[in-house]
Amino acid sequence: MAYTKRHNGRKFDETREIVAKVGVIKNADGSAYYRQGDTEAYAAVYGPRQLYPSFLKDPSKGRIRCYYNMLPFSGMGDRVRPGPSRRSKEISLVTEKAFQPVINLEEFPNTVVDVFIELTQTDAGSRCAGICAASMALADAGIPMKDLVVAVSVGKVGKRLLVDLDYEEEAYEDEPVADMPIAILPRTREITLLQMDGQITKKEIMDAIKLGEKAIQKIYNIQKEALRAKFANGGRDVKRK
Amino acid sequence: MGKLLVQQKQIVVPGEVLAEGMDYLPGDGTFRDKNQIVANILGLVNLKGRLIKLIPLAGKYKPKRDDLVIGRVTDIVSKGWVVDINCAYPAMITLRDATADFIPKDADLSRYFNIGDYVIARITRVTSQNLIDLSMRGPMLKKLEGGRLIKINPTKVPRVIGKKASMINLIKEKTDCQILVGQNGLIWLNGDPKGEILAVNAILKIERESHLSGLTEEIEKFIDEGLKAI
Repeated sequence: MAYTKRHNGRKFDETREIVAKVGVIKNADGSAYYRQGDTEAYAAVYGPRQLYPSFLKDPSKGRIRCYYNMLPFSGMGDRVRPGPSRRSKEISLVTEKAFQPVINLEEFPNTVVDVFIELTQTDAGSRCAGICAASMALADAGIPMKDLVVAVSVGKVGKRLLVDLDYEEEAYEDEPVADMPIAILPRTREITLLQMDGQITKKEIMDAIKLGEKAIQKIYNIQKEALRAKFANGGRDVKRK
Repeated sequence: MGKLLVQQKQIVVPGEVLAEGMDYLPGDGTFRDKNQIVANILGLVNLKGRLIKLIPLAGKYKPKRDDLVIGRVTDIVSKGWVVDINCAYPAMITLRDATADFIPKDADLSRYFNIGDYVIARITRVTSQNLIDLSMRGPMLKKLEGGRLIKINPTKVPRVIGKKASMINLIKEKTDCQILVGQNGLIWLNGDPKGEILAVNAILKIERESHLSGLTEEIEKFIDEGLKAI
């Protein structure tokens, strides 16, 4: 059966419901919550602070370190084994690389900024949700950065290009599927994360990125609003479909 | 002709374009990218003529010379004491800046300040690599004994102190507490326990509502109501 309609009635360029909140973890220097459909991420930022082991120190600028972690109950019924796995280490690394071009830590030599991303619930697109949450948490921690980082997944199911795949679409079995998480800086439209899994042509990749840019603009506005809301009236939910 | 895209006191997020064209100058917390002036941090817009500056709304304490800070002694080394002043870098009190007393060559340094002691000190030097020197010689600088310590966001400290220390003097007088405010966001209070709690609540209220106007009257009312309850 050809994929002509999304199973939950969304339009092909429509994201799931997005909720963003800043300042959810009081002990952290900065924190944020980001939910996209059933994918839920918390990010906490600590630092800049002293970096150990000392040989990792960079005397010319500060470093950023990211930890991506899925909680044991966050999967779809199967218990996720706690602790770092091959997958979570890879995602931690690409998240770190997505932020490296925007973080301005020349003022803080020899220090580190730690970013902890915890997923309480996942339904595909978890690295994108993690990046969106981390980007707000970094801004909330007062870290100097050139831009917020906004991420969304785009892809192809059957012959249709679409935005923000959920697990059911990612695991669609009747036709080939391609899934591409992308992270973009909204002001300069630079891409800081681009991964791909599945079958897709070069032209379709370019079209998919264009489709993603529209969703990115929308997510960026929600992020901005959430950050402003925390400082304007003590942190309230920002909801937008 | 340049175009200004923000208003005075607006909250902006990193990456937001503040102005276009070459007519405006980028100040603290902003940078220039081609013909745009862009926010580098989350902050409040402060326009002064053609200069666009951002006042940070969050962030760790940045050490500055001559700041009064409260810190915890974390280590004793041969040159003096290492102090945690709630910022990204440890600070140092050297032997000669520690006390007006004479310290003999083989003295046990823990007799002066031990690990875990809190001190109020003045920053005498901050180098480019952020090595921080503290001095304990001067009026008010001492080891803190008794009382209680609270921590607030360092960006809210100016609001707690108020114009010409008006806010902090108000709290001191009304609650009859001794209060020392470190620029790094640590505040030490000492007095009658009930007064102390009232002063702590007043300071936390200031931290929460620092962006609102008419705060001094609001705090005065808050403390008066609290005093009546005692």
